[in-house]
Amino acid sequence: MVLTLAFRNLVHDRVRLAVTLVGILFAIVLVAVQLGLYQGARKMIISMIDNAQGEIWITAFGAKSFEEAGQLSGRERHAVLSVPGVKSVTPLTVAFTEWRKPAGGSALIVLVGADPADGGLKPWNMVQGTPASLAEPHAVAVDKTYMDNLGVKGISDIAQIEQTRVRVAALTDGIRSFTMAPYVFTSLNRARSMLGLEPNQATFFLAKLDDPATTEAVRNEIKSRLANVDVLTQAEFRDRSLDHWLFGTGAGVALIGGAILGILVGTVIVAQTLYSSTKDHLTEFATLRALGSSAGYIHRVILAQAALSAVLGYVLGMAIAMVVVHFSEQTALPILMTPQLAIGLFVLTVAMCAISAISAIVKVTKLDPAMVFAR
Amino acid sequence: MSDIVLEAHDVVKELGHGAGMVRALKGVSLSLKAGELTLLMGPSGSGKTTLLSILGCILAPTSGSIRVAGTDTANLGPEALADVRRKHIGFVFQSYNLFPTLNAVENVRLALDVRGRRGRLAADQAREALTKVGLSHKFKSYPGNMSGGEQQRVAVARALASAPSLLLADEPTAALDAENGQSVMQLLSEIAKDKSHAVLAVTHDHRTLPYADRIIHIEDGLIVGDERPERVRAAIVTPPPTIPLDEVHSGRASAPTRFAKKRKTKFHG
Repeated sequence: MVLTLAFRNLVHDRVRLAVTLVGILFAIVLVAVQLGLYQGARKMIISMIDNAQGEIWITAFGAKSFEEAGQLSGRERHAVLSVPGVKSVTPLTVAFTEWRKPAGGSALIVLVGADPADGGLKPWNMVQGTPASLAEPHAVAVDKTYMDNLGVKGISDIAQIEQTRVRVAALTDGIRSFTMAPYVFTSLNRARSMLGLEPNQATFFLAKLDDPATTEAVRNEIKSRLANVDVLTQAEFRDRSLDHWLFGTGAGVALIGGAILGILVGTVIVAQTLYSSTKDHLTEFATLRALGSSAGYIHRVILAQAALSAVLGYVLGMAIAMVVVHFSEQTALPILMTPQLAIGLFVLTVAMCAISAISAIVKVTKLDPAMVFAR
Repeated sequence: MSDIVLEAHDVVKELGHGAGMVRALKGVSLSLKAGELTLLMGPSGSGKTTLLSILGCILAPTSGSIRVAGTDTANLGPEALADVRRKHIGFVFQSYNLFPTLNAVENVRLALDVRGRRGRLAADQAREALTKVGLSHKFKSYPGNMSGGEQQRVAVARALASAPSLLLADEPTAALDAENGQSVMQLLSEIAKDKSHAVLAVTHDHRTLPYADRIIHIEDGLIVGDERPERVRAAIVTPPPTIPLDEVHSGRASAPTRFAKKRKTKFHG
C-alpha cells in the first residue's frame, strides 16, 4: 500500500508531477551531458597513453602531457635498457606541428612518430589501411573525423607537414584529440625528419618490462640512474595528463561545475514539489498517524514518492540524454555514456530525490495527528 | 475477564501557555465497557474533542491516567502511543478522512497495512469489513463517487477492519442527512452489541440519543452527567426503531419518527 499511496499521491496532481519530472529530467540531461563530456574528454586525453604498449614512460623533465613534452637526447634509451627487468625500450616522437592542406590553408596537428614494428604505439581502430601502411613512402594515418579539418577526402590524398610531402595511407575511426589538433601517425624516422630532430632523439622512451608486477621497483631503479628526466608509470603519466588538460586549463572544473549545478537545480525543484505535495496531503498523513501508523511508515510513503519520481525522471532524462549522446558522436568533443555513468546517474538521481524528501519528512515529523479533529 | 476497555482517571488537559493557557479538561474520570455505545455530548468548547483526542491516545493529558485495554498510556512517547492506537483503537471522523486517491477496498486495506497486515488476506479482510457495513457493491468506488453516508460507512469499515477494542467516533453524523445519520448510528449500535468493542461517539446531534446505551454529558471540561439507557429511554416517547440489519447496512432504512424529532434529555449529575 505504501507504493500504491505514493503513486496515487504523485499522479493525483498531474501538473505538479509534470513539473517534478521536468526538474529531474533537466538535472539528468545536464548532468549526463556534463559528465559525458568529462568522460569523453578524459578518454581523449588518455587514449594515446592507454594504447601504448609499455609500463614505464621516460619523458623530458616536467613534461605536462602526451602532447606537451620536450625532447630527450637518445642516450636515455641505453641507460634504461641496461636496467634489469626491462624487456624493450621503444622511442616515440610527439609534437605539435603544422599540416598544410592540399587546397591551401593549414591546421595545427599532433604528429605521432612511432615504428609500428616496435609495437610501442600503433594507430588503432583502422578502417582503411594497416599499421604497416605507415612504412610506405610519405605515409601518414589520419582519423576520418578530422578529414575536413585536414582538407583531405580519403586515402592517397596528398598534403604537407612542415616542408615534407605526405600521403594519406591509412584511416582510423574515433581517435580524437582533446586539444582539437588532430593526431597524425607516421613512422618514427619520418617524424624526426619533419620535426628536425637528431636521429636518436625522441619525445618518450616507452619501457616494456619482463614482469609488469615489478613496475614500481624498475621505475625506481631507472630513476636512480637517470637525472633530469621524469620516469613515470603509465598510471602516473595518465594522471599527469588529466591534471594538465582537465584541471590545469579549467576545462574539467567547468564540466564538473555544470554537473553540480544540474544536481542542485534538480534537487531544489524536486524538494519544492515534494514539499508542496506533502503539505497538500497533510490531513491524509495526520489520518494515517491517527490510525496508528508509525512515523517511519509515513516517511516511507514520502520516500516512495521520491523514488518513483526518480525512476520516472531518470527514464525520461536518460532517453533525452541518449539522443544528445547520439548526435554528439560525430562531433569533435563526443559525449561518452558508459554503463558505469548510466548506473552512477541512476544512483545520483535516487540520492537527489531522497535528499529532496528531507524537507517533506521534516514537515510530517512535526505533524500533529490531532489535526484530524480540526473542523 | 474484565470488560472494561478504557479507564480514564482525573484527566486534566491544559492548552497553551502563560496568560493564554486554557484548562480544557479539569479532572475527567470515566470508564468504557465493551458492548456499549456511549455518547459524549456537550456544547461547543466543552472539551469533547479534547477528551476524545486524549482517550484516543492522540493527545497526552497534562495530568491523570489513561488505560486502554489494560495498557497504561502514561509517559508513553508518540511512537508508543501510535502503537496503542494501532493495536486497540479505531477512529471514525466527522469528515470521513478517507484517502481520495484510493478506492473503498484500498482505504480499508491501508488501515490494515499500517498494522502490518498485507497481501490477499488483508484484501479479503477489507472486503469483509465493507460487506459488513453494506458496501459490497462499492468495493472499487472512490470517495468522490460515493454519498456522505457511504463514505462514512467506509470509514466505519476501516475502523472495524483491524478489530479494535475501542471505537471512537467524532461527530459521525454531523455531515450526514437524517437518513444517512440514522443508518450510521444504527451501524455503530450494532457494532457496540458485539462484546469485543466499546464505542464512544462524540456528538451534539440529539437524533443519535435513541441508539445510546449510555450518555455522558460534559460541560466546561467536567463531566456533568452520566446516564444509563433506562433513564434515557424513559424520556423517549416512541420505542427504539427495529430495523433489519441488511436495510441498515444498505442505507435503505427509513428514519423513524422519533429520530426525526429533536429531543432534549435532562441529565441528572
